[in-house]
Amino acid sequence: MIEVRGLEKAYGKRVALAGVDLTVEAGEVFALLGPNGAGKTTTVEILEGFRARSRGDVKVLGVDPARGDAAWRARIGIVLQTTGAFEELTVAEVVSHFACFYPRPRPADAVIEAVGLTAQRAVRSSELSGGQKRRLDIALGLVGDPELLFLDEPTTGLDPVARRQTWELVRSLAAGGKTVLLTTHYLDEAEALADRAAVIAAGRVIATGRPRELGGRHDAEAEVRFRRAGALAEPALPELAGAVTEAAGLCTIKTAQPTQTVAVLTAWAASAGVAELPELTVMRPSLEQIYLDMIADHDKAAQS
Amino acid sequence: MSTSTSTSTSTSTGAGAGAGASPGPSPAAAMPGLLRTGVARIGVELKTFARNRQAMFFTFSLPVLFLVLFGAIFHGEIKGSGVDFRQYFVAGMMATGIFGTGFANLAIRVAMDQDDGTLKRLAGTPMPKGAYFIGKLGSVVVAAAVQSALMLTLGVALYGLRVPTDPLRLLTFVWVFLLGVMGTSLLGIAYSRIIKKARAAPAVVQPPYLVLQFISGVFFYFGSIPGFLRTTASLFPLKWMAQGLRSVFLPAAFAAREPGGAWNRPLTALILGAWVVGGFALVLLTFRWRGRSDEG
Repeated sequence: MIEVRGLEKAYGKRVALAGVDLTVEAGEVFALLGPNGAGKTTTVEILEGFRARSRGDVKVLGVDPARGDAAWRARIGIVLQTTGAFEELTVAEVVSHFACFYPRPRPADAVIEAVGLTAQRAVRSSELSGGQKRRLDIALGLVGDPELLFLDEPTTGLDPVARRQTWELVRSLAAGGKTVLLTTHYLDEAEALADRAAVIAAGRVIATGRPRELGGRHDAEAEVRFRRAGALAEPALPELAGAVTEAAGLCTIKTAQPTQTVAVLTAWAASAGVAELPELTVMRPSLEQIYLDMIADHDKAAQS
Repeated sequence: MSTSTSTSTSTSTGAGAGAGASPGPSPAAAMPGLLRTGVARIGVELKTFARNRQAMFFTFSLPVLFLVLFGAIFHGEIKGSGVDFRQYFVAGMMATGIFGTGFANLAIRVAMDQDDGTLKRLAGTPMPKGAYFIGKLGSVVVAAAVQSALMLTLGVALYGLRVPTDPLRLLTFVWVFLLGVMGTSLLGIAYSRIIKKARAAPAVVQPPYLVLQFISGVFFYFGSIPGFLRTTASLFPLKWMAQGLRSVFLPAAFAAREPGGAWNRPLTALILGAWVVGGFALVLLTFRWRGRSDEG
């Protein structure tokens, strides 16, 4: 669906993209993750044919977006970051207007229903709530029945309820077999929606993979922690597969085998007559933490 | 609101039924053409225009207000010409109305389309690019025609303006109107390029429009305006539109009071035509589908 090799973009001397490689397969929901200014929107706009690139090979649906014609445009759907156009028109008017640009549009009413705006179909778009406006934007991206949908920051600025509703909508698109490329700076969004994600920072892809595996999180070491209180304060710890640190009665074991570690500790505590390990926690580093570490590492590497 | 609801229903069922009727995926459905999408754009532009109070006020209410107000203030004939100044003024107001609907209105609306992402959205669809311009020009033709009819009616009812029957005069009205609409519309679209923020648009659009109104023989008899301002005005379309419309509505004898002592229709056609060509070239040079750079 999308093939990007060595994509570069410079504005004068400022380098926005310094070599981006991406592959998005058919039927996949792919997230482009990164902080503001990392190059997400620049990348997507090049893929959408809105921006020219400086270097690299780009194919979207087998076509170079810089040469995409109307027939190519008819096969993609674009949901921009901005919202708030067509204020004087009603939901139904805007959607059916956009339908007339496509060779095989979906019926306007069906699209309006799919995005959950049936009750608002006769409401002017200026009077919609933020979440409803966003869903109207998505309706406009869908009305041409595209094979590939671009969603640029679909939930930025939405309240939590509207955000969940938008997620449900994207999930239903994915279930319907659409290929979706979305950009987001929310990690939970990538984790909730995407089959695969690429983390982009300072114009480069620094990691690609399933969101739960990004940055090696799935096999990153977990921390098992408990308090050595009461009957557990004295006895020596059993042999554990991991690095043990103790501070102020709090015992932390960094380990790749947290389950085994807990089992060993439980047996050890039982032999001391304690059934419950006080304040037991098992933590994996959050995606947030790994993401921040990745970006920090990248920044450090870039500076040295 | 009630009208908007009913229009929306009819529009969407039309499009919905059309799409629903197509039997399954045919291998190569035709891309919608320029004509069909252009007409759809005109419809949407007119709806947007009709629901925008500001646009309606500036296009219809304000010219009518001016016509009535100035008609009450100024009267009497133009220095022994036998022509009531108010008739002179109605022709000028029609010209300036067309100019405003084309230039000022479109400059502001295109700047808004730029700002709110309408242009970028349209550019992201398979819509033929020309459809956007057909929509803008077509909607201005309709709005300006309604506006001219309104002012003509008032001119006839209040100031004794006579609707010409001479085919040559009627034909002159048609080409002055069409060339005027096209030239000023294209100029407006091109001018929108220098508007940085749509909110500030009126402040950027009104000054040239106001100045041209004052120096082009709209509110004052053109002969009473200082020479260098007359020369400046002669470079722009408004003066020629006003003169062309006077040649439609004022008595033949008044031609002697025009610059050069004649209506000068050929030169009027030439200059208005040149503005259409020039305006088109300016649009091609300046128009951008993408907004001002928004990096991210």
